[in-house]
Formats: sequence, C-alpha cells, structure tokens
Amino acid sequence: MEINKRIYLDNATTTRVDDEVIKEMEIYYKDIYGVPSSIFSHKDGLIAKEAIEKVRNLLSQRLNKKEGEIIFTSGGTESNNLIIKGVAYKLQEKGKHIITSPIEHLSVLNVMKNLEREGFEISYVPVDEHGFVDLTKLKKLIKKETILISIQHVNQEVGTVQNIEEIGKIAKESKVLFHTDSSLGFPYFDIDLEKMDINFLTITPHKFYGPKGVGAIYVRDLNKIKPILNGGYNEFNLRPGTENVPSIMGFGKAIEIFNKEDVKKIENLKKYLLARIVKEIEDIRINSPIENSHPGILNITFFYIEGESIVLRMDMLGVSLITGSACFSKSLEASHVLLAMGLSHEIAHGSIRFSLSKYNTKEEMDYVVDSLKETVKILRDLSPLKKEN
Amino acid sequence: MSLPYSKKVIELFLNPKNVGEIENPDGVATEGSPACGDMVTVYLKVDKESLKIVDVKFKSFGCASNIATASIVTEMVKGKTLDEAKNVTWKEVIEEVGGLPPVKIHCSVLAVDALQAAIINYEERMGIQKEKEPTDENLIRKRLRHVIDPNTGKEIIGSNVVKKIEVNDGVINIILNMEEENQFANSIKEEIIEKLKYRWDIKEVNINFER
Repeated sequence: MEINKRIYLDNATTTRVDDEVIKEMEIYYKDIYGVPSSIFSHKDGLIAKEAIEKVRNLLSQRLNKKEGEIIFTSGGTESNNLIIKGVAYKLQEKGKHIITSPIEHLSVLNVMKNLEREGFEISYVPVDEHGFVDLTKLKKLIKKETILISIQHVNQEVGTVQNIEEIGKIAKESKVLFHTDSSLGFPYFDIDLEKMDINFLTITPHKFYGPKGVGAIYVRDLNKIKPILNGGYNEFNLRPGTENVPSIMGFGKAIEIFNKEDVKKIENLKKYLLARIVKEIEDIRINSPIENSHPGILNITFFYIEGESIVLRMDMLGVSLITGSACFSKSLEASHVLLAMGLSHEIAHGSIRFSLSKYNTKEEMDYVVDSLKETVKILRDLSPLKKEN
Repeated sequence: MSLPYSKKVIELFLNPKNVGEIENPDGVATEGSPACGDMVTVYLKVDKESLKIVDVKFKSFGCASNIATASIVTEMVKGKTLDEAKNVTWKEVIEEVGGLPPVKIHCSVLAVDALQAAIINYEERMGIQKEKEPTDENLIRKRLRHVIDPNTGKEIIGSNVVKKIEVNDGVINIILNMEEENQFANSIKEEIIEKLKYRWDIKEVNINFER
C-alpha cells in the first residue's frame, strides 16, 4: 500500500505528528533521558524536571492560569477517568449526583455508567438537533446533591462547540464543580481560566500534531479530587507513574508551534469541501452545526446508503474516513451522538465524518468529492430505498 | 495488514451479482436487522409447475458483508426448487464467501432470512396460509435461532447464551448468560425483543442478564 499517497481525513481521531515535535522528542529519548523524580539524586533528573516544568508553564500561560495545577497524564481517557472518578470518590459524602451530556466521548460515558452501578446518580442533559446542550434544562437538573457537571467542549463526531463559559457560570452559581473535556477544543479554541469558571479540564495533544499517549488535566483545587492510581509521589501526588518526558516535551512543542493561520486554512478547506458536496450530491443532511463548529470536522449523511459501504469503497480509492453506522461500531450500535441529537437510525446509518488537518490540500478535497460522487451513485443503485419511499 | 474480509467478500461487495428488482415478482420480502440497521429486499420469480426459482434479485441498504452475502445466496438458490432453497443455511452461505468476522455474521443471516421470507411470501400468495401458533418456549427457541452473538459469531440458542426462557400470560422473560456490561449486550437485547414483540399473543418481552 502506498501509504503516502493516501488522503487522511480522520484527524479528529488523531493527527500526523509535526516534524518539529518529533525533533524535540528525540532529544529526550537520546540525550536527556533522566526522569524528573530523580531531582535529589542527579543532574539528569534535574534537567528533565526543568524541561517538563517549562511545558507546564507554557500551558499555564496559554490557559491564563493563575490558580490551580496542571498535571500530566497518559492521554484523554485517563484524564477523564481521573477527574470524574477522582472527584466522585472524594466528594461522595457531600452528594452522589453528577450531570453530563449524552454525546460525550466513551471515556466519560462509560465512567458514568460505572459510577451509576456503584450507586451514584447520573443525569444526562439533552442536546438539540445540532448537538447543543439545553442550558435551561441543565439548570433544572442541578440539585443539592450535585457535585459535578461534566460537559465536553467540542464534540468528536459532529464538531459542535458548547458554550463552556455559560455552563461554567451556571455551575458556579449553584456551587457545583465543572469539568470540560477539551480533547478537541484547546488550542483550536482559546481557554481563559481567569474568565471561565472551569474547575477541571482535559487536554490531549495528539489532536493537534502532538504525540499520542500523553495528556494533561487542569485542577483548580487539589482538595476536590483524589488519585485513582496508587504509586509514587509524582505530579502533585495526584498521578503516580514515571513522567513521559519525551512525550511531554513533544506536547509542549505542539502547543508552541500551533498557529491560528493553520486553523483558518482548515476552515476554508472544510467550507470548500462542504460547498462542493452540497452542490454536487443530492439527498444529504449536514449533521454538523454551521456556527460554533470545530473548523476541521464535518459530518454528513448520504441518504439511502450505509456508511461502512461508503467508508470501505472510499478506502479502496485511498481516502480514510469514518462513519456513525452501527455496522462500523465496535458495539454494533449506531452513533450515540447522532441518536442523542434526535436523528433516526437511518440517518446515523449513512453518516460520514470528514475531519481535516493542516496537511490536507484543496486538490485532495477535489479528489475526495469526485470519488464520493462515484461511490454514492454505485451504492444508491444497489439500495432498495428511494426518495419519498 | 489487510481488511478483515476475505477476497471473495471484497470482490462481491465491489461487483455484486443479481442486483436489482424483478417487476411483478412472485415473491418479495424485505428484512431489516435491528442489530445494525441494515436492510435487504429479495425478489423471486418462481416456475409454478416445477416450483423452481427461475430468477432472483436483491437490493441492499447495508454494509459490505451484507451486500456480499446477499449476492452469494441469490446465486446459490437460482435454479433450485423452493424446498431446496429453504434448506440453505447461513453457515453454508458464510462458507461460500470464505468466512466472515464473528461480529459480521448477523449480516449474512439477514440475507438468508430475507430469502426465506420471500419464499414464505410466495407460499402465502399461493394460498398456503399457516395457522396462528401460540408462543411457547419451543417457538421462541425457533424464532431466536438466527440471533447471533457478535462476541463469538455463534447462534445464541445452543451456545449457552440463553439461560432461561419463560412465557406467562403474554409476558416473555428471557435470561441471558452474559454480563450487562458486555459491549454487545444492548444490541442482542434489542434484536431479541424485535423478533418477539410483534407476536399476536405477546404483550411484553423482558431481557435480563445474569452471569
């Protein structure tokens, strides 16, 4: 397979690591390979410690953090587990009620299900047909036993951007802690911890040209959370385990070189892709919101045909995509995001997610639309479903 | 690494045989899978003298496995008598396509079910009306025979997945030997309910998990 000639449009899953990031990481594999916990033993440890503290400071600066701590983890899933379980177990005496949304990532939803089995009460605030959380209903769900609201910043399947500033205010007014999973948010969108009432934050660099297997959380008050892993005394005693120094350094580099011009470029590519699809392919539904949407995520349903068939044919034509079809999912269930948005199984069945990066080009978008037109036509000829049927 | 499909599946997915509709079919049926949302329509043309299937076509709103197995099952039964066609099993169909991943087996079952339903449709049109059987444990076992456990790719009946079946006053209670947290638990549950809830004498279907 000539992998280099492929067109990768699955960047909301993960992105190509930037060359500069790899260069930075290499240093911390080959030359500076001590670990920060050895600061009292030797210089190698001290150098490593200084290095990761630089990244911590950079993150603090970008988030405008004045209070609280940044803690490095192994990625988004661990971050969400640590925050939600850590807060639930710490504050369960105060109350056992948590509010979330039905369109979260599985690393939030399955943690909630697990807590539910352990006796916690979980409420799911509904979303509208574009995936926006209903803020009036959110207010009504808060009660005196509520300890945490966990609502994502940006949705992974349709790209909906929640009003986290407003959700933070609602939480603060009721003295409830607020966690937002910003795995697809920061740094595409600015976060200002002085202005926003965010108590906990999940950040993941492999969505913005950084390495996999590393992440960070922000914790405003360390007294409101306890560790879920037991071990050594790393990361403010909240997250034991040897610090993944090379990946943390790559994480820092990815933040440093991230630029808003690339975001503009992706946004323009997405607009171009969408305009061509709308103009040239009939019977579609745009599942992503037009406003308040991630610049690189576009979710569209092609009626009367099934997503895995589209994905497989496009894959053979050299294009990487994913679908919300049940056939494609590991649990044989249609996209929980699209269903929670009130869309039918049929709409989920034919949904395709295009997600773009700074490495994509306009020529690639043209090839994708041309291939897609052909694929959709072939599959529609096969389908028993038709318009007005 | 290659895709989890056999060469034959990919070949038939890209170039399926017997695609289309038959005008004024002698038998036609659409089967949908609540497990994954796929849908297949099978059309039959039957010779009334010999009771042989002279033509068969299909259309699919489904994934690669579904398209490939619908293609092969229509090829397998063309020219066969209805009785011969009734005996085609999903296992034979899967063998013909060179195997399928366990999680995709229900797609092939769907193609076979649509063919069987089209044959029943033909028989009904010819006036062979069946009597309404009451729903008992035996009938439930028969109805659930084609429900596949995506964990193993085996039928849930006969593979110890079904622990207990009870019918009382129009209420069916089924206990499955599986953890509720199993990734396919919900999908299997939905499929069982879908297969039983429309029975004329059934008001309620309850599925519980016990391990």
